[in-house]
Amino acid sequence: MGLTAEQANKAPRFRRGWWASSIRFFGLFVLAFLVFAILLLAFGKNPIKAYIDIFSSTLGSTYGFSEILVKMIPLTLTAVAVAVPSRIWLINVGGEGQLYIGALFATWGALTLNSLPPWILLPLISVFGFLGGGLWASISGILRAKGWVSETISTLLLNYVAILLVNFFVFGPWKDPESANYPQTAEFVDAATLPAIGGTRVHMGFIFVLAALTLFYFVLSRTRWGLEMRAIGGNPEAARRSGIPISAYITLLMFIGGGLAGLAGMIEVSAIQGRLRPSLSPGYGFIGFLISWMAGGNPLGIVAAAFLLAVVTAGGDILQMAHGLPGSAVNILNALILFVVLSRQGGKVGVK
Amino acid sequence: MIGSSLQGLLSGSIIAGTPLLYATLGEVIGERAGIINLGLEGVMLMGAVVGFSTTVKTGNPALGVFAAALAGALFNMIFGFLVIERRANQLASGLALMFCGVGLSALLGAPYIGSQIKGLNEIRPPILSDLPVAGPILFHYDILVYLVLPIAILVWWALFYTRWGLSLRAVGEKPTAAFAAGKHPYRLQYQALFIAGLLGGIAGAHLSLAVAKTWAEWMTAGRGFVAVALVIFSKWHPLRAIAGALLFGGAIALQLQMQARGVPVSPFLLDMLPYLLSLGVLAVWGGARRHAAPASLGQVFRGTE
Repeated sequence: MGLTAEQANKAPRFRRGWWASSIRFFGLFVLAFLVFAILLLAFGKNPIKAYIDIFSSTLGSTYGFSEILVKMIPLTLTAVAVAVPSRIWLINVGGEGQLYIGALFATWGALTLNSLPPWILLPLISVFGFLGGGLWASISGILRAKGWVSETISTLLLNYVAILLVNFFVFGPWKDPESANYPQTAEFVDAATLPAIGGTRVHMGFIFVLAALTLFYFVLSRTRWGLEMRAIGGNPEAARRSGIPISAYITLLMFIGGGLAGLAGMIEVSAIQGRLRPSLSPGYGFIGFLISWMAGGNPLGIVAAAFLLAVVTAGGDILQMAHGLPGSAVNILNALILFVVLSRQGGKVGVK
Repeated sequence: MIGSSLQGLLSGSIIAGTPLLYATLGEVIGERAGIINLGLEGVMLMGAVVGFSTTVKTGNPALGVFAAALAGALFNMIFGFLVIERRANQLASGLALMFCGVGLSALLGAPYIGSQIKGLNEIRPPILSDLPVAGPILFHYDILVYLVLPIAILVWWALFYTRWGLSLRAVGEKPTAAFAAGKHPYRLQYQALFIAGLLGGIAGAHLSLAVAKTWAEWMTAGRGFVAVALVIFSKWHPLRAIAGALLFGGAIALQLQMQARGVPVSPFLLDMLPYLLSLGVLAVWGGARRHAAPASLGQVFRGTE
């Protein structure tokens, strides 16, 4: 496919003088928000009121802020799901599908093993979620490792298959007979529900995020595996000749990435929805891809970008409810932010 | 009975394959110039919504098609600016464009949900359309279906038998050499993306004006990505893309036929067919076709040092 040419466009790291560049960066974000404001104006909405609503409802109250944290949990996980394979220039655009399959596996566990106590059941369905997303992504990993299909195309196409598969189960065999025409599974038992932390909406899924970020950072910078991944990313041919098993790394990193996205799916069904529904995710997998790109794979950058996009995503709900805009209109703002980031990154690499 | 369902399947493949072919041809041109555009999905959505709303407002579907093509082309210029001017990563830029298209089309299309249109007229050429078997299968379509084959041939001719096409392909293979030979890589890539946008817009318009005759959010349902897969399947060749589009259109038509006939399989499983077929075909064709890709696909010309 020639897609390895992406190697030319290295993700930027924070260099010296990053204060100055982050101020310019901030200016570009303002530009993105400005363009969206003009668009809102063109559609007869009051952009100032819309932005005030977005920010006051998200950052202006404890409840709103905890909502942001709740949204950051799946977003960070799906972003790390993209960042892990991207260390060896694999492009995982299948986070959405992996999230759905993770939720599917976890739901199976939660519905069939519902007599187990929580301290067994919760870890078990977490493992199921990870396995589900991981195995799903491994399909793309194996196809790529064999040199048959580019992982970009296969992960993209498998998103649709995954969502349809969840629909199949939710409308068909797993449909809760008690919820009439509403397509959803039966509610999870308490033992399969991730508990909330101290009366807020923020739940224990938070711990998965911290663990994922820490491990991601630690493995990359402190272990032999991280070194080998850098070697593959830097010069695959040299890495192959020095005996690094590239095919195994491709499959394994896709598995881990997919597993993290699957974990996000498990968290959504267990902690937020309490059951499996077709409308499981408002595009967390795709937004995770954008976050990972904005952050250039940097763990702290991922947290910062996830925060920003969580505010935007939560803002999308506000725009839909209070301003009568279609729910996906907020994708424009996501795209505008990414446009400015991309135009900045590309130019910078070219100058180097 | 079997005859009529076979006939339905064939004409269904042609109808479903048409937007795929338009989109694939556009993507072939872009990729021949070295640019892979995953934002095709967004371009198609913009074409679909602009074509539909124009038709609702003016009552003239032909005008809708023109507006759709133009909208697709202009929208694709955002992508062009990012990957050519700013040398941004093509895959990420493409996905950003897709997001933008999903959102913008939803915003533009919201007032038109549920609107009714007559859509593109069916044109039945005299005599030909009365032929016993071939008539109903080949000659009862809208203008865009009839035009797609000539356009495929035109694209093939333009890419392989004109000076412009030669330059364009040279840019996709080795931009520095093309530049040294006096070509303008940036200009050619912009031209390629503009034409790709025109074709992507028409693809979307065919979906909303001829196939569905309504507007629905994200109505392309991944067809843009299927088209990107089709480009690989057709080895970056416009004429092979015809066969590919028919095959993939066939998968969509088969699923519709089975649903219509009440085959006891969940519609959700049937809906997977086109995506699984794309994957399966790509996997089977795997190794053999790798060298057909334009050598500089995904890379951007950075000027000569």
